[in-house]
Amino acid sequence: MINLRDKGASIWENWNRVQRTIFVLISITVVALMPYAGGFGPTSFLNTPISSYQAVLVYPIALFVLMGLGLNIVVGKSGLLDLGYVAFFAIGAYTMAIMGTMTSLNTWEILPFGIFFAMVAGLLLGLPALRLRGDYLAIVTLGFGEIVRIVALNLNITGGPNGVVGVPNPPPILGQKFELNDHAAYFWVILVMILLVIWMVRRFTIRRPGRAWEAIRQDEDVAALMGVNLLVYKLWSFTIGAAVGGAGGVIYASKTMFIAPDMFTFNTSILVLACVVFGGLGNIWGVILGASILGYLPERIRFISNARQLVFGLVLLIIMNVRPDGLLPRKKREKIKQKEAK
Amino acid sequence: MRLEIKDLHVHYGKIEAIKGISVVVNEGEIVTLIGANGAGKTTTLKTISGLRKVSSGAILFDGQDISKVPAHERVDLGISQAPEGRGIFPGMTVLENLEMGKFHRKNRRHEMDEDLDKVYALFPRLKERTSQAGGTLSGGEQQMLAIGRALMARPKVLLLDEPSMGLAPQMIANIFRIITEINKTGVTILLVEQNAQQALQRAHRAYILETGNVVKEAAASDLLNDPAVREAYLGTGAHA
Repeated sequence: MINLRDKGASIWENWNRVQRTIFVLISITVVALMPYAGGFGPTSFLNTPISSYQAVLVYPIALFVLMGLGLNIVVGKSGLLDLGYVAFFAIGAYTMAIMGTMTSLNTWEILPFGIFFAMVAGLLLGLPALRLRGDYLAIVTLGFGEIVRIVALNLNITGGPNGVVGVPNPPPILGQKFELNDHAAYFWVILVMILLVIWMVRRFTIRRPGRAWEAIRQDEDVAALMGVNLLVYKLWSFTIGAAVGGAGGVIYASKTMFIAPDMFTFNTSILVLACVVFGGLGNIWGVILGASILGYLPERIRFISNARQLVFGLVLLIIMNVRPDGLLPRKKREKIKQKEAK
Repeated sequence: MRLEIKDLHVHYGKIEAIKGISVVVNEGEIVTLIGANGAGKTTTLKTISGLRKVSSGAILFDGQDISKVPAHERVDLGISQAPEGRGIFPGMTVLENLEMGKFHRKNRRHEMDEDLDKVYALFPRLKERTSQAGGTLSGGEQQMLAIGRALMARPKVLLLDEPSMGLAPQMIANIFRIITEINKTGVTILLVEQNAQQALQRAHRAYILETGNVVKEAAASDLLNDPAVREAYLGTGAHA
């Protein structure tokens, strides 16, 4: 457990391209088959009592993983504490809901709009807020998260507290239908998005933006002395994170067919942040693990009803005490091996 | 004249930390600012590199006022700083720290190997530790890394903020020897120091700062022999 990450990394390093490709394909297949694990004998212990296992797999688990990865870019990579991340999710969801009910565009056509609006919101919030540091930024983002929810609560176009009903499901892709109960199909769509985000984050991490974020996270002033344009790189981190949240929101709204402001409370922001910290700030595999566990656990133990949240909190407390850097903490020096190999 | 500060005022909130100082640094010189804690030495350097805002006055670099230029662009102009407390990125390796020094250079790909060799020639210790995390280096090694990293940007003016802070005497002598060496390659140096003895021996000219004002400006060798300065800043070492 202690060196799980390093062990995994060293096995990975020693593989050649073919072995890696096979491993990745197998892993993706296994994950893609997860929706059937609940009904499959040997893995049926995964099945969630009371709530539908396949539905739980989509929300919270898959969407938490997606949002966790997005938030990880902001909090984990560049060290900007964002306590209002749910706002971007909400903006994506409301974009889907409003455009889906008022225009004839389908989910896939609205997805770019959702991402775009979330990014614009990220930019608008970031421009003033990212001049602030640490706690001040956290407070402003917290405020922003609440503002978005309260605006949605009070506007006519968002249906106020009643929300928007009749959000259309996505049209079929390659014959795969997306009805309300085709949970597996949504899971696969989100899985594809998660894979894209992982790919994107990995690209960024070893390139200039990743270096700049790393420098900003470790010492903002010194980063500026190195010639890093703080505001520009922070804005990038913020808007990319927002884009991921927005994309998640679009799919969420399109799946549930109904959204209301109380789905986008401060609670969700904190829970997603908890996923990131619990799993391992800055490490994508840690975040995925953390989000999976934190998404899954409350549903799995739903049978103990009232004590559920208590147990959940207890698990959080114990794990964070035993592993304060998260389950799979970030590797301190990510690039050495590659450099030496060159 | 490479760098000139004209009647500079800097505030922290309402408190005036720099109360109208003027400093001139000529091409190829080592100029040192000495003074006690709170004299405004570090603030002056931070203002030159752009980390602090100018309240009034001007900073001229090659005759151009740069006081409105953001910090990250001043690196391009040729101003590099090895910050107070070294400012190493603890989670990055020595090599990555050095690479960060070149973050904003347009020709960084082509210059990288050449400049790494130069830095390693100045600081052979760093070459032995390229893949070690910056945070695990000793104080002296971190200072070497900070100076090396600043050199990676090919500065015209190098700002050094207390390079001797917290180092063993032998390492201090070593660092100052290298500072002179760097200066001989044509880099102008503005050095802030509390270790007045060493600084005055290495510098060409010196300014003495006291609570935000320049109280004395002279050739370094003159100050080294000045009785008042000896008493206040050189002493017998017992006051430190």
